[in-house]
Amino acid sequence: MKKLGNLWRTVGVTSVAASTMLMMANASGAAPKSHALAPIKIGISLSLSGDFSADGIAFDQGYKLWAADVNAHGGLLGHQVQLDVVSDASSPTQVVTNYQKLITNDHVALTFGPFSSLLSLPAAKIAARYGYAMIEGAGGAPSVFQAGLNNLFDVSLPVKDSLVPFAKWIAALPKGKRPANAAYVTTNDAFTEPQIPVAQSIMKAAGIKTAYYSVFPSETTDYTPIADAVAAAKAQVVVLGSVDVPTVSSFMQAFEQAHYNPKVFIATGGPDQGTTFAKAVGIKNANGVMVPNGWYGGATTPGAQAMVAEYVKKYGGTAATISADVAEAYSVGQITAQAVKATGGFNNAKIIKYLHSGVVLSSVQGPVKFDKLGENNEGTAFTFQWQGSNFVQVNPVSSKASKPVLFPKPVWGK
Amino acid sequence: MNSSALIHALVDGVLTGSVYALMATGLTLVFGVMDIINLAQGILVILGAYLSYTLSVHFGVDLFVGLLITIPTLFVVGIVIERLFVARLKGPERTAMSILVTYAISLVIEGILNEVYSINQVQLQAWYVNRSFPIFGIYLPYIYLLGFILAAALLGSLYYMLYRTRFGASIRASLSDQTAAALVGIDTKRVATICFGIGVAVTAAGGMIYGATNAFNASSSYDLISRLLTIIVLGGMGSLGGALVAGILMVMLQDIVAVVWSPIWSSMSFFVVLVIVLSLRPQGLFGKQSARVA
Repeated sequence: MKKLGNLWRTVGVTSVAASTMLMMANASGAAPKSHALAPIKIGISLSLSGDFSADGIAFDQGYKLWAADVNAHGGLLGHQVQLDVVSDASSPTQVVTNYQKLITNDHVALTFGPFSSLLSLPAAKIAARYGYAMIEGAGGAPSVFQAGLNNLFDVSLPVKDSLVPFAKWIAALPKGKRPANAAYVTTNDAFTEPQIPVAQSIMKAAGIKTAYYSVFPSETTDYTPIADAVAAAKAQVVVLGSVDVPTVSSFMQAFEQAHYNPKVFIATGGPDQGTTFAKAVGIKNANGVMVPNGWYGGATTPGAQAMVAEYVKKYGGTAATISADVAEAYSVGQITAQAVKATGGFNNAKIIKYLHSGVVLSSVQGPVKFDKLGENNEGTAFTFQWQGSNFVQVNPVSSKASKPVLFPKPVWGK
Repeated sequence: MNSSALIHALVDGVLTGSVYALMATGLTLVFGVMDIINLAQGILVILGAYLSYTLSVHFGVDLFVGLLITIPTLFVVGIVIERLFVARLKGPERTAMSILVTYAISLVIEGILNEVYSINQVQLQAWYVNRSFPIFGIYLPYIYLLGFILAAALLGSLYYMLYRTRFGASIRASLSDQTAAALVGIDTKRVATICFGIGVAVTAAGGMIYGATNAFNASSSYDLISRLLTIIVLGGMGSLGGALVAGILMVMLQDIVAVVWSPIWSSMSFFVVLVIVLSLRPQGLFGKQSARVA
């Protein structure tokens, strides 16, 4: 018993001593003066491997850039932002599992979208099941909005309008310069397919005949016979519906091998991938290649150049080599931050209601205003072109920032 | 439909198909001799492509000259994999276990390649990669012709080794019946190790041609291994001639359907043929059921 009494005495003395030391430490200012708020977790599934990995990594960079930026400015309502990023390997099945885990297991407060329309729709469905808002930057296909989800918001331009400035430019060319025919070839992807008929109808109305039209499956790996068929059609314009660099580089390689030099070559995805694209095709071959997009490194929208400077500081490269994906992801963060601030918290129901209110928000891609389907109808489509080693805006022609189009496209390798 | 596009599709089918046949040959040789299904074959092709990329970009070595380094290197890689992992697989579950083990190996190699080279796609460059020459009204790409010549030379060498050398006789004996081969004094373990090395070594050549005709990263291996497995199943597992015929048939059929009909049906057309062939000949075009039973 005596030993036990000694033990209690020792514990008591030690406790008093420890408490006194802590109080002294507090008084001397060694402890934080105010209680820091708990960090806020945002769940994201990204294609860090697989078919969309180049875009997935760029999205990762954009999200991280935004998180670092917002944390440097005090966080979201005082909460530091923690990104919980998991890889979906570009799989629409895995993306479902990932968001299920992020919401039910990791208990994230908010969710940001994955890359591509293919993955955004199943992701948004899962988020809707748990009442979460799915704010995304790369799910602009009509099929995504046709699902009628109340919780889905795409901060970027709806994809069906992406080729409109390009098609209008072609249609407006003087008759002597205007190409006589065009080839349209696209992968059967929700992102690419809706763009082609819109461009085709504008060009057709201007008297540009369709020399070739074909849809190929997204799992195609040998593009040579399709590219050879396009080359054999001898169209003066090629509109390629592509989502990645390998597709575009394979077509370009086959065109060069077939000594086929269209006057205009535009691909819906791939040429916007900066150095990844330039390295894959060679910078000389890139010359004159066009791509539609909603943003580029020289954009003068509010905050764009600050983001560009931060990107270059963190990841290297130049403004011209920054993928538009980075801005799309960054915009998701910006729109979310504005919604959180306006609603005064992280309540997803309030955020969804606020985003549907018709309010005009601001992002590095320009103004954002959602309709009842979650489409951003304020977005502007641009066309960009590789000119030498520069990636420049060339459309819409009415924009002051647009440079003259390099037309006709130089022959491959020149 | 344009006739030149059809001729192009036919020629491309033969030229590209031969390169796929070369890559699949390694896979079918290993299965024939060892009853091992090497799921790492796809990533080893990509490793071969990256080795060529490194030699070309960092040391200025021509893609074909570089094969003098990459083929022996991958032969050694194959030997190491066989000794460390494959040779340890014993018993009746050996074939099934080999799928798991080689898949694990492929994941490890994929991770290393992603770490070293990043996941951004690259493509091998050389003066002959994008150039072509006119012949019979079409432009024939140099790289496809050179790839075909390389594949033909390597397949010819492999054929010579198998049918004109003593070691080849040992391999063929092991292909037919491993137990009987061991009973007549053939060192079947040594044969297996060298066969695995050869099977991996051919991926250096296949990888170089693949990397020169496609932008690739480590993830490209998944598509490759599915194609290679399909080729050896159609040709008959363990049959070298079957791999050659099936490789050419696969690419040619897909290319022709893409041009004549629609690209949408090109992949499916091959699988329709595969299902028909397997329902009539479950052992594939040139496979021998008796050899597998043994």
